[in-house]
Amino acid sequence: MAANPPVIAARNVWKIFGKAPEAYLRSLPAGRSFDEIRADGYIAGVRDVSITVGRGEMLVIMGLSGSGKSTLVRCFSRLHDITGGTIEVDGTDIGSLSERALIDLRRSKMGMVFQSFGLLPHRTVLDNVAFPLEMRGQDRHARRERALEVIRLVGLEGREDYFPRELSGGQQQRVGIARSLAIEPDIWFLDEPFSALDPLIRREMQNEFLRLQKMLHKTIVFITHDFDEALRLADRIAIMKDGAIEQCATPDQIVLNPATEYVRKFTEDIDKARVVHAGTLADPALRAEGAAVDADASVHDLARLLIQDQRSTIPVERAGRPVGAIRRDEALGILVGAR
Amino acid sequence: MAHLPAQTTQTARRRGALALTGAAGALMLLHYAGLLPAALHRLPPERVPDLAVWLDALFNFVKDDLGLLALTRWLTEPLQWMLDVTANLLFGKRRWPGIGPIPWTAIAAAATVLGYHLGGWKLAALAGGTFAWTALVGQWDIAMQTMSVLVIAAPAAFAIGLLLGIAAWKYAWIDRALKPILSVLQTLPFFTYLLPAVIFFKVGPTAGAVATTIYAIPPMILMTTLGLQKVSPEIVEAGQMSGCTRLQLLRHVYLPAARTEILVGINQVIMLCLAMVVLTAFIGMPGLGAKLLAMMGSFKLGRSFEIGVTIVLLAVTLDRMSKAWVARQPMHHERGTPFWRRHFALLAGLGLFVLFCIVAQFVDLAAEIGRRQSLSMGKEIDTAIKAFLNIGWVKATTGFLRAFLNVQVLIPFRNCLLWIPTPAFILLIAAFAWWLGGRRQAVIAGLFFALVALSGWWDRSVITLYSVISAVALAMLIGLPVAVLAARSARWSNRVLLICDTAQTFPSFVYLIPAIMLFGITDIAVIFSILIFAMVPLVRYTIEGLRTVPPEVMEAADMSGATRWQKLVKVQLPLALPTMAVGFNQAIMFAFFMVIIAAFIGTQDLGQELQRTLAGTDLGKNFVLGICVSLMALTFDLTILNWAAARKRQLGLG
Ligand SMILES: Nc1ncnc2c1ncn2[C@@H]1O[C@H](COP(=O)(O)OP(=O)(O)OP(=O)(O)O)[C@@H](O)[C@H]1O
Ligand SMILES: [Mg+2]
Repeated sequence: MAANPPVIAARNVWKIFGKAPEAYLRSLPAGRSFDEIRADGYIAGVRDVSITVGRGEMLVIMGLSGSGKSTLVRCFSRLHDITGGTIEVDGTDIGSLSERALIDLRRSKMGMVFQSFGLLPHRTVLDNVAFPLEMRGQDRHARRERALEVIRLVGLEGREDYFPRELSGGQQQRVGIARSLAIEPDIWFLDEPFSALDPLIRREMQNEFLRLQKMLHKTIVFITHDFDEALRLADRIAIMKDGAIEQCATPDQIVLNPATEYVRKFTEDIDKARVVHAGTLADPALRAEGAAVDADASVHDLARLLIQDQRSTIPVERAGRPVGAIRRDEALGILVGAR
Repeated sequence: MAHLPAQTTQTARRRGALALTGAAGALMLLHYAGLLPAALHRLPPERVPDLAVWLDALFNFVKDDLGLLALTRWLTEPLQWMLDVTANLLFGKRRWPGIGPIPWTAIAAAATVLGYHLGGWKLAALAGGTFAWTALVGQWDIAMQTMSVLVIAAPAAFAIGLLLGIAAWKYAWIDRALKPILSVLQTLPFFTYLLPAVIFFKVGPTAGAVATTIYAIPPMILMTTLGLQKVSPEIVEAGQMSGCTRLQLLRHVYLPAARTEILVGINQVIMLCLAMVVLTAFIGMPGLGAKLLAMMGSFKLGRSFEIGVTIVLLAVTLDRMSKAWVARQPMHHERGTPFWRRHFALLAGLGLFVLFCIVAQFVDLAAEIGRRQSLSMGKEIDTAIKAFLNIGWVKATTGFLRAFLNVQVLIPFRNCLLWIPTPAFILLIAAFAWWLGGRRQAVIAGLFFALVALSGWWDRSVITLYSVISAVALAMLIGLPVAVLAARSARWSNRVLLICDTAQTFPSFVYLIPAIMLFGITDIAVIFSILIFAMVPLVRYTIEGLRTVPPEVMEAADMSGATRWQKLVKVQLPLALPTMAVGFNQAIMFAFFMVIIAAFIGTQDLGQELQRTLAGTDLGKNFVLGICVSLMALTFDLTILNWAAARKRQLGLG
């Protein structure tokens, strides 16, 4: 993954809301805090964010309400023009794109799912899903074929002729997902796509989402409030506070080594044993004898073994190859929540 | 503590108002004592600036030197052509394409199916019934003359309003430029639209269509802008992420998402167009309005009544149909529904239309109902009404009312207003504005009325104002108790509101009919027609204001042991007052509108002069008169609406 150039590369991105944000940013002394900026009459939606998203990676953004998650994603898709910094998508600076080029980029590469669906009320499911294709000027027949295909993919066949008003919340969100997939985007933005749904449907939608991702392998930026959801889906998690990214790392790293006090608080209540995997815990320098455990197994998965096995170090292997060993007492500590 | 600033502004306002009233009082005392110089009583005629002449010069400049006349004359051609086409289709005027008139049965059938499609059997019955009635009483031709202008004017107003609305939404400077123009346009008397239309667009249907179109544009602009502003940002972003260009975004996202407001705009356009197209009778546009004008003029009450019913039926039908269209939500058909089922209404409408067109070739009655066959009972109704009015007690009542109101109330009041020296009058108006809205409003009010004084039409303006004030006062005397009583129960509120809603769709012209029936062609009839016209918004907003008092507040009052009367006076009325003020304001605006129309009964106010200008080409004078009306109306409009908005904010009613 590291060998490939990143799909999205953001460097020192700022998004400030207010009367004359550019001038204000230029005069901004380094290290001014969110509250101080607010006292100046501006709101820092995104504050000096640098982050990359690799091809095929799923980045999950978390943070409290108003921490700037949606704003950051809107910057990635240039729904907002950023105030400072650069954002590159596949190597081109999207800030410098002309309107035409931006439209082409969105028509060919980007899909977005909105928090409150954003469906067009006067169009049927089929026409909503086909909308991006229609804008692209695809002919009626091809458009219909493709739209039906994605509608089937999200499990809405039979409801093509319904209007959004006639669908349940979960079904509407599926329409939103289908629409964002219609153009086969490489990059997929999802802004709290499941938060408006009840827990049962949400679970079902997550499973479906994972199934889709297994088939489609897209580069994904996903916003959620729900840590369990983040853990199920994420390759990496970025935690935001007051517009800035506090930490961006794999779930294991975030719970094991929180970078700031805020992140530690944020992850306090999580059952770490379910998050931390043997592979992360393994010390590559260490070797041990006997039966090995799989690197992808979580500490929770290994609970019985950890308790019964008497070895002080247990070897770990990934796909049959040894990658190191874990210290049993360390793993037990995580299991009982000592850390 | 929080009340302190409000309190102080209140006292400051009262003090300002009192000071102005005092000054006015002093002037009046001087006048009473005979010490006031004549120049301070009325502006001496030689001092009146020749506004009309200047305006005329300006108009001539725009008209001839800037080539506006050439442009409009050039525009007249295609407009005339379109009006000829509809005229041919609807009532068989001998013009291209020469296939009309369409048989009445075919139009009635198509309207019925459309009514069914939009709102079920009830609306179908209303639509079919209206057209059948129109044909059966022998008014088909004049109704179609009216419709032939309407079907051009309404779409034109819609298209222009939509475009301007989009522009105003897109560019803030256009919005800023349009706002004041729109508010002046909405208070400008209708006669002021008519004369320029005649001068620039030829007498007859073309001028009628133009004046009607312009009159109906403002609400369409407002509704379009409102609708576009309300589109949820997320839908717009979804459109952007779907790769919409700007035009696609407007066409596929913004406009469909603003559908409701735009359709409400269409409803208002249609209703205003109908109201106005009837009034174009004053510039010789044939149709329902012209017939009504002629019948009323010769006191043929039966026929007037029938035409009034036709106009009202048409208005209600158009209103209900367009409202049903607003409420209609898209519905999906089950898969595999055959084509004819999906488009049932369209096919049925077309089928019946064609069928009746064919039937009409063989059956004359289905094509046209002539004078002889019509079921008009004009004579009989006429005799009945006149007999009713001649019954002893009815005659006594109307006679008494006429005499009493005239001698005891109206004439003394009018003379009193006319007696007041001009500066004192202006000061009093400014005091009123100060009391309600503060110094700024007072300055505006004073300025506006000073302009009216400068126009040289002061006495006529005061008489106009007198009609407005007395009619609105009488309307309040009758309307407020009715509204308060009705507001006591939900059932009665709904009933009265329904009546008001329906009455509000009637073109203003028909309000003259009952007035003339009861009081003949007299001054009282003018006041009476204004009174009923103005009562509608008064009653409506009063009920709405009273009914929307939060139930918790009422319960709290109950628990404090308030009697019904105490609740009404101490709780409901204060909370309802801002809403009632909006109704009051609308009543005044309606009154200003009506008083001008009622001119043809024979008043001595601005309307009379205005109507006289229609015969000539005196654009300057026409405009000066129109602006006088507009300035007076705007004074009230600005002051009262400002007060209502501020008061609502104070009470936390949003
Ligand atoms: N268009 C805008 N104009 C001004 N301020 C804005 C705008 N959009 C967002 N903000 C501000 O930027 C900050 C971040 O908002 P954002 O919507 O990104 O939060 P979020 O993390 O997505 O919150 P939530 O979880 O509630 O969706 C907030 O303080 C918000 O008020
Ligand atoms: Mg958000």
